[in-house]
Amino acid sequence: MNMIFILIGCSVVLAMVFLAAFFWAVRSGQHDDTYTPSVRILFDDELLDPESEKGDQDHF
Amino acid sequence: MPAEKTFIITDHCFHCGEDIKADDYKLNDMKFCCLGCKTVYGILSKHNLQNYYTYNKVPGRTQQNSKTNLDYLNVKEIAAKLVDYQDGNISIITLYIPAIHCSSCIWLLEHLYQLQPAIVKSRIDFLKKQVTITFNNQEASLKEVAEVLVSIGYEPLISQQDVVKEKQKNNTERKLITKIAVAGFCFGNVMLLSFPEYFGLGYFDKEFKDFFGWLNLAFSIPIILYSGAGYFSSAWNNLKAKRLNLDFPLALGIAVMFIRTAYEIVLRTGAGFADTLCGLVFFLLIGKWMQQRTFQHISFERDYRSYFPVAVTTLKNGSEISVPLSELTTGDRIIVRSMEIIPADAILLKGEALIDFSFVTGESRPLKKVLGEVIYAGGRQLSGVLELEVIKPVSQSYLTQLWNNEAFVKPKTGIKTFSDTASKYFSIALLILAFGAAIFWMFSDPPKALASFTAVLIIACPCALALSSPFTLAAVISIFDKNGFYLKNNAVIEEMARTDTFVFDKTGTITNPDAAGMTFIGYITDEQRQLVSDLTRNSSHPLSRELTKYLKRPALWPTDNYAEKIGRGISGKINGNDVKLGSSTFLDLPLNNSPEKTATHVMINGQYLGHFIIRQQWRKGLGTVFQKLGKKYVLHLLSGDQPHDKYDLITFFNSGDKMLFEQSPQQKLDYLKNLQNSGRKTVMFGDGLNDSGALKQSNLGIAVTDNINNFTPGCDAVLDGRSFEKIPQFIRQAKDAVKVIHMSFAVSLAYNTAGLFFAVQGVLSPLIAAVLMPLSTVTIIVFTTTAVRCYARKNKLL
Repeated sequence: MNMIFILIGCSVVLAMVFLAAFFWAVRSGQHDDTYTPSVRILFDDELLDPESEKGDQDHF
Repeated sequence: MPAEKTFIITDHCFHCGEDIKADDYKLNDMKFCCLGCKTVYGILSKHNLQNYYTYNKVPGRTQQNSKTNLDYLNVKEIAAKLVDYQDGNISIITLYIPAIHCSSCIWLLEHLYQLQPAIVKSRIDFLKKQVTITFNNQEASLKEVAEVLVSIGYEPLISQQDVVKEKQKNNTERKLITKIAVAGFCFGNVMLLSFPEYFGLGYFDKEFKDFFGWLNLAFSIPIILYSGAGYFSSAWNNLKAKRLNLDFPLALGIAVMFIRTAYEIVLRTGAGFADTLCGLVFFLLIGKWMQQRTFQHISFERDYRSYFPVAVTTLKNGSEISVPLSELTTGDRIIVRSMEIIPADAILLKGEALIDFSFVTGESRPLKKVLGEVIYAGGRQLSGVLELEVIKPVSQSYLTQLWNNEAFVKPKTGIKTFSDTASKYFSIALLILAFGAAIFWMFSDPPKALASFTAVLIIACPCALALSSPFTLAAVISIFDKNGFYLKNNAVIEEMARTDTFVFDKTGTITNPDAAGMTFIGYITDEQRQLVSDLTRNSSHPLSRELTKYLKRPALWPTDNYAEKIGRGISGKINGNDVKLGSSTFLDLPLNNSPEKTATHVMINGQYLGHFIIRQQWRKGLGTVFQKLGKKYVLHLLSGDQPHDKYDLITFFNSGDKMLFEQSPQQKLDYLKNLQNSGRKTVMFGDGLNDSGALKQSNLGIAVTDNINNFTPGCDAVLDGRSFEKIPQFIRQAKDAVKVIHMSFAVSLAYNTAGLFFAVQGVLSPLIAAVLMPLSTVTIIVFTTTAVRCYARKNKLL
């Protein structure tokens, strides 16, 4: 049953890692704007490099 | 990507969706309402940004309004104050752009780098309507960046207050979120470690019990020292100020729980209350977060500085220079263009001045000023360029003097909420009960005395009580928000429920500023209307202009023998008809034909047809709003305008003495003060700068506006003009919300009493505490939100 000490130790350490990750997220401003990213992700990806962007223009 | 595009070609502008009046603006088979929209489309298609039109139909905003002068952004001092960050190459600036309203806006504004290569990155905060632009300041100036925004129809709103604002990041919310995270982390772990205890550790080793206990104690330390620390300092500060609020029993409960937990675990006498403690702080902080969530996209603290322009064009040695407003001094020559605001009290030197003072004084008609006359700051020039000489610096002008009044110097005294009052009695009762139990057991069974004393304080810790107000009010705020009524904070609702006197401003508040209504009394045919319109086109008199605007006819016939008698009327021969417009004396009418001063009579070919009168258009539902409110409350009208409409409104105000006209801003403020001194709880509805004093003075100031992004004076709440007719419903809902708070107080008190039943007997087990606390909390959250929604449905707000 001594395994429980190790397991609980592991789970607490793991939880602390997540807590630290959350701190980092808050500090880097990820919670300042919770709406815009939800719209942004729906835009078509079109960050193309200049060459292929020219090719894209030909379609028009 | 191009194949997916659906181009809808209708008679609406492809860019903004406005109706198309002329067919002149076309590009790539697309029709536009104006040159502005066409230009924006041209720029976007040239830079391969047509995706803008695929995410939303008609995402643009009409470009028919004129653009402002951005020269002042080249003034170094102004630019330096506006940027967030600047080094040798890179500048970062955050701009407020009112036009942001849909996902296309986000898409376009985050692709600014395609329009201006100097822009490195642009990020939108949609809810705050802000864009943060990082650009290379060697390649483009701030003005050029702003011009890119203007060219695509997203003009940034830069005001004095932005320039003056202190660059302080709002860190309080981040701090609260961190505290909640820590509390949640500890709460989760403690619950996990407490479960074996709930189910009985009988066949487990005793050493586990100790280990779990010590871990629980360790997890409650950050709760005490970090997450819950705010309650101790707040309780202490309130005690020092001789106030008893809810923070006192909360802090007491938290402290007692921690001490008893530490005591039991160190002495191995029990499991302690670590689980209840962590849960309590966690739920309390969530309640606090709900309370702080306000609507950041509206500013409630604006004063005249955000109404005036940032810089003024001055004439120095024959050349035009932009000067920051604060540096404007007496004797400066300034240039004011059409649709710009007169920045300081000044004498008119050149140009034709037609000034709209409606926002500043409440005067509903534009005023004509002659050369040499003094024009007060704040008016908006309607047509043509003016040259003026400043006679008073901005801070001492007629208008801004209002801000020196004491109402603006001292902050509004905090609104007294129900929970403040109730918690005082609660705290006292709690202490009496705790000591009573302790004294009782001291005589009958001394070892139980301390246990029952601490148990009372633990179980009566008013968690549910502390949450009932924030959750109820947050629910109401979000319902109001959906209905176009935006509150500054929670306490406004309770204040609203208490008001008994309603004071209204007239121009712009109960009238609709965008729809100047005119009516014709008499009979007139369409052809005759055309003739009138052709005649009024010749005149620049404000009444003629309004008539032209109202008649909405294209220019058809030229006018012969045009004559204008200033202040009396105009006449001319149009398509063979003699048309005469003007006052009754101008038309030689008998006097009984002129019921109102402002009537414009019409005579065609010697035949009298009737008269036009300017009627300001009342807001929709004004009559019913006044009727409903008038039944229960006292209504007052405070207008800066002349008493044109007195008789239209007198039925709503019972008697003339509750209607005051031609009031100066200071008089409005004093009127509110007098009402308050006679014991009335006032709510003021206003819109203009001239109401700011009254809005500030009244118990509750509500600014009415048709565009919530426009300037509104400092206030407690902003009401969208379209929701004006819902005012009685809002009041009703506020009263119901207070009822819900009372009921939820009763519910949480019932829980407390149930817990106290065990506590006074000294038999409170940690399990009961651990079940009661979250149970009562969840009950309150569910009860308040459902009750508020039920009432909202009853009040037709949902």
